[in-house]
Amino acid sequence: MRILKLKRQNLFPFLQAISNGAELWGPIKKDNQTIFNFVPTEEIAKLNLNFTRTLLPPKKLFVPPSFIMFQVTNKGYQEDYSWIKERVLFGLHPCDLHGLLNLDRIFAQNFPDSYYVQARQKTLLLGLSCWPDDYCLCQSTHTDIIEEGFDLFFTDLEDYYLVWIGSSKGDDLIRLKPEFFEEGLNEKDIESYIKWRERRAQAFKTKINFVFMPDLMELKYNSPLWEKAGAACLACGSCSMVCPTCNCYNVRDEISLGNKPGRRVREWDSCTLLEYSLVAGGENFREKKSSRLKLWYTHKLQAFGSKFGKPSCVGCGRCLVTCPVGINVKSISDSLEGQKVDAFWVRFSEEVRP
Amino acid sequence: MKVENKSNQTNPFLPEPARIVRAYHLTQDVKFFQVRLVDMEKALSFRYRPGQFAMISVLGAGEAPFSISSTPSRPGLLEFCIRKVGTVTNALFRLKENSLIGLRGPYGNGFPIEAMEGKDVLIVVGGLGAAPLRSVLLYCLDNRDQFRRVIVLYGSKRPAEMIFREEYFDLKKRSDLECHLAVDADDTGTWTENIGVVTTLFPKVKEVDPANTYALVCGPPVMYKFVIKELIKLNIPKHQILMTLERRMKCGVGKCGHCAIDYIYTCLDGPVFTYWDVLHMRELI
Ligand SMILES: Cc1cc2nc3c(=O)[nH]c(=O)nc-3n(C[C@H](O)[C@H](O)[C@H](O)COP(=O)(O)OP(=O)(O)OC[C@H]3O[C@@H](n4cnc5c(N)ncnc54)[C@H](O)[C@@H]3O)c2cc1C
Ligand code: SF4
Ligand code: SF4
Ligand code: FES
Repeated sequence: MRILKLKRQNLFPFLQAISNGAELWGPIKKDNQTIFNFVPTEEIAKLNLNFTRTLLPPKKLFVPPSFIMFQVTNKGYQEDYSWIKERVLFGLHPCDLHGLLNLDRIFAQNFPDSYYVQARQKTLLLGLSCWPDDYCLCQSTHTDIIEEGFDLFFTDLEDYYLVWIGSSKGDDLIRLKPEFFEEGLNEKDIESYIKWRERRAQAFKTKINFVFMPDLMELKYNSPLWEKAGAACLACGSCSMVCPTCNCYNVRDEISLGNKPGRRVREWDSCTLLEYSLVAGGENFREKKSSRLKLWYTHKLQAFGSKFGKPSCVGCGRCLVTCPVGINVKSISDSLEGQKVDAFWVRFSEEVRP
Repeated sequence: MKVENKSNQTNPFLPEPARIVRAYHLTQDVKFFQVRLVDMEKALSFRYRPGQFAMISVLGAGEAPFSISSTPSRPGLLEFCIRKVGTVTNALFRLKENSLIGLRGPYGNGFPIEAMEGKDVLIVVGGLGAAPLRSVLLYCLDNRDQFRRVIVLYGSKRPAEMIFREEYFDLKKRSDLECHLAVDADDTGTWTENIGVVTTLFPKVKEVDPANTYALVCGPPVMYKFVIKELIKLNIPKHQILMTLERRMKCGVGKCGHCAIDYIYTCLDGPVFTYWDVLHMRELI
């Protein structure tokens, strides 16, 4: 892979140059949260380079929370791709890039989803290195480093960035401002990169026994821990909204009054919601919250996408900071391992509902 | 980017315009639909396997999966039997002949026809299970020399609820087919066949060669348990007992997640599963 150097002070001017020709999206602070947002050229300086995780993962740009698939007229269904734009998305951490690669396994293969594929093809991905907080689990899930899937990746070595060029489109971006980039790394640069990786590897405080989870999911499928978690779960669906590898969606037709066309709309869904598994006759084979959580964690910790797919958790930590009752990959994995866990859902079953 | 780079990307969710050629009631709440894709070339080249399903759209009402109950050995028209249960099916029931609907497919794995060739085929049907199993049955009859014995056991609640009743009475006259019918209760007083649940028909099937028999089961969930017990008693191997599973489906192509059982997507890996597969689905145990 071609690796260049970019001086720290040249990052914003470079992104500015990009934003002159394309719609730039990146991490922006809003109400104390960082979100991926559109960044107009004059607001480049507002980009937040020191965030840990955004509120919603980048999937929202490839499968928006709600979008129109078809306009429905009396002639039939007309495809609507109008929401898909040429974009450059900056600020993707390794876990989020891995998250997209996981979604590719579902959406881009085996009857490729034309909406997702178009959005992916029209969006350049610019990765950015990060530093873990207490909720990051990506070292355990082996997604703390990314070697593919991006167009450019920026590793922050304080005075300058190492810029990894992952695709020919990424290379084209470099050629917008070639004068900013330095070819050829010297021994010292390589040394500082290795040091940075070592320090970062030491910085991870929170771990799960990820490789053991597929077996434990199988062995502990009937463990009472699922009933405990189910009893506390609010079935709010937040975990699915924030998880970069939750792919489920619902489809419904909207009719409008008068002669205006209707629409077929696709919107995010979650297996933790009650309506998710209804079948004809109003029968719900997954009525219990515990069985819905088992499905969620089967996909995160055991297998995702097909019989032999690997588990999909990329360790971003979003479920850890989001679930109001503390059900997350950390507390569930630790419980599966037999550890004593201090989480609301455990206390709930022991104290609130003994 | 690990994305299939097809320049001429087709939209797997785009319903193809189709016309209702015929529609009539089979029972009070089940209707039979004959459908043809408007594009004649597509209509004639629509290839599918018995046991596969299609997604049917009613403009403005929505989309749902339905088993194709016609046979690929008679191309051109697609047939469905549909029970009225909700939004899409209610809208479908209101449509007149010649109305336009949307259709896409075929999806799912279908029955393993090639493996069944040269073997005995035992079909056990209950209620609306007649929809997917009719496709296999007609296929076997159209290719009669490729299969050995073909046996049908069909049970329904009452005579009036027996879907394709006339068709089955005609089939009973064929000498190359063993067909046994039963109703749980006869409220007409004119029923000439067996009375009792479908499992009471098993003693009528003589000299089963279990190692060379494929058993196909389709019906309401309560039926499976009892029928499978009989099949195991006959020593039919678990991987030669085939059944179809019904799950909510919003895409049919492995994207929406709705049909997941553990880590299996029913729309891609099913809807036909062997009893051996089903035994390993933790959610069903
Ligand atoms: C592979 C496959 C093959 C199939 N083949 C056939 C077939 O050949 N023939 C056939 O008739 N059916 C078949 N089905 C079943 C059919 O797809 C369903 O019955 C489908 O749901 C009908 O769509 P609908 O919009 O009419 O019903 P829906 O409106 O989706 O309602 C279905 C049921 O769910 C309940 N329900 C829905 N939403 C809610 C809610 N929010 N709260 C409470 N209850 C709710 C309704 O009461 C109703 O009982 C098949 C299904 C599969 C998966
Ligand atoms: S696990 Fe937590 S976030 Fe997910 S639905 Fe239950 S309460 Fe909501
Ligand atoms: S399961 Fe939790 S930590 Fe893992 S990817 Fe999803 S939100 Fe992130
Ligand atoms: S129906 Fe959507 S994944 Fe199977």
